[in-house]
Amino acid sequence: MENRTISFRSRPRIVATSTVAGTKECRGVIGRYVETALDDDMYGESTYEKAERKMLKKVIFGAIENAGRRAEEVDLLVSGDLLNQIISASFAAREIPVPFLGVYGACSTMAESLAVAAAFIDGGFIRRAVAATGSHFASAERQYRYPLELGTTRPPQSQWTVTGAGAALVDSVGDGVRISAATLGKVVDFGVTDVNNMGAAMAPAACDTILAHFRATGEDPSAYDLIVTGDLGALGSRILKDLTWEKGLDLSGNHVDCGEIVYNVIEDEFQGGSGAGCSAVVLNSYFYSKMMGGSLRRILFVATGALLSPVSSGQGESIPCIAHAVVLER
Amino acid sequence: MTGQGNVNRNYLRYVNRFDPPTKHFQTCGRAFLVGGFICSIGQFFRFMLEFAGLTGDELAGTVSVLLIFLGTLLTGLGVYDRIGKNAGAGSIVPITGFANSVASPAIEFKTEGLVYGMAAKMFLVAGPILVFGVSAGAAVGLVYWLIGL
Repeated sequence: MENRTISFRSRPRIVATSTVAGTKECRGVIGRYVETALDDDMYGESTYEKAERKMLKKVIFGAIENAGRRAEEVDLLVSGDLLNQIISASFAAREIPVPFLGVYGACSTMAESLAVAAAFIDGGFIRRAVAATGSHFASAERQYRYPLELGTTRPPQSQWTVTGAGAALVDSVGDGVRISAATLGKVVDFGVTDVNNMGAAMAPAACDTILAHFRATGEDPSAYDLIVTGDLGALGSRILKDLTWEKGLDLSGNHVDCGEIVYNVIEDEFQGGSGAGCSAVVLNSYFYSKMMGGSLRRILFVATGALLSPVSSGQGESIPCIAHAVVLER
Repeated sequence: MTGQGNVNRNYLRYVNRFDPPTKHFQTCGRAFLVGGFICSIGQFFRFMLEFAGLTGDELAGTVSVLLIFLGTLLTGLGVYDRIGKNAGAGSIVPITGFANSVASPAIEFKTEGLVYGMAAKMFLVAGPILVFGVSAGAAVGLVYWLIGL
């Protein structure tokens, strides 16, 4: 096997998950599966940043509780978010009595934190860990784009940052969805500079990781019920299928993108959802319950992230992207 | 993988094919209607103030102040961004759009304090308009003065 693909012999289990999502998100397909549906995107806080932090804290404790554990029994928290210096994750961790590893993979954070948690457990270093991430539309807009009340038009290539958070409790024992392997992403940059076209920027990274995964495992897409990407959106998904097709891999039969399915596109979501919370919420609510229910047996979860900052794009740099893949099975 | 000149260029060319074309006819139409409506409101103010006896600079200034107030009020009420989303340049170009570009960061950043948040970041969006607007004004003024020599 190529070094990028790690197979976890003990196949750590996701024994419980927890999710929170905003009002717009809950109107879509995930509405019935989300644990906590917000009726106010401020979540009773005075700022959007505090709301994002509260969502993250809520799902971390939620996952621990749903697994029937206490925080003291958890050995590691792996979490990150989109805000500068990952303040949502570390400020949430301030109130959680668990060792904390902050990770940053932009919107790929869910897959990254699942892979890190699984590796720690499979290595026998810890018994259980929580992997969590989230994002908030308003705090992301403020950091990456314009003030909310500014009267601008959104370009049709753009996506809408998901307000929501998701957490998974990964355990060495118990019943749940097994994490059997992970393929770690390389940073890929094809020179896209348009910050409104994240799908086009991230698709090559997703393609690179998916190809590496199938090369290493010798499998083909039919070995999976679904290949679930994070937040490529409608356009990015189309591009990913073209790119993999060119390399002799046909994803058209079983590819689904969390960003593409999360919204009923009626207002300005255009290409769909994005943000760290996008794949975190959809995976931990919708896909987790489908897997536990038995209608999905094996999925390849490939979360994609655009590793830009407002400074780098202001200086005219192109957008480096990454994708991490995790194999989930029952 | 950056630096693979050819691959990048091919990819960008391929990606550009997907750029949804702007519906110029539709967007221009909406911008014209909304922009025209805002200007009509301004004209209405002007007639009323003229009727009240204002003239010259006083009249023009008061009309602008009223429109700025209206733009700021609608921004605070969360309405202006909805107008802007549909109207595009129609609501950005009139002076109400300028008011919106100052008021919206002020609202957004007030969580970081009155001095370093609201006041410091108030001109985040409008700053370039001021810099280039004033510079252009000065340049045109200079040309005008030179022609008059």
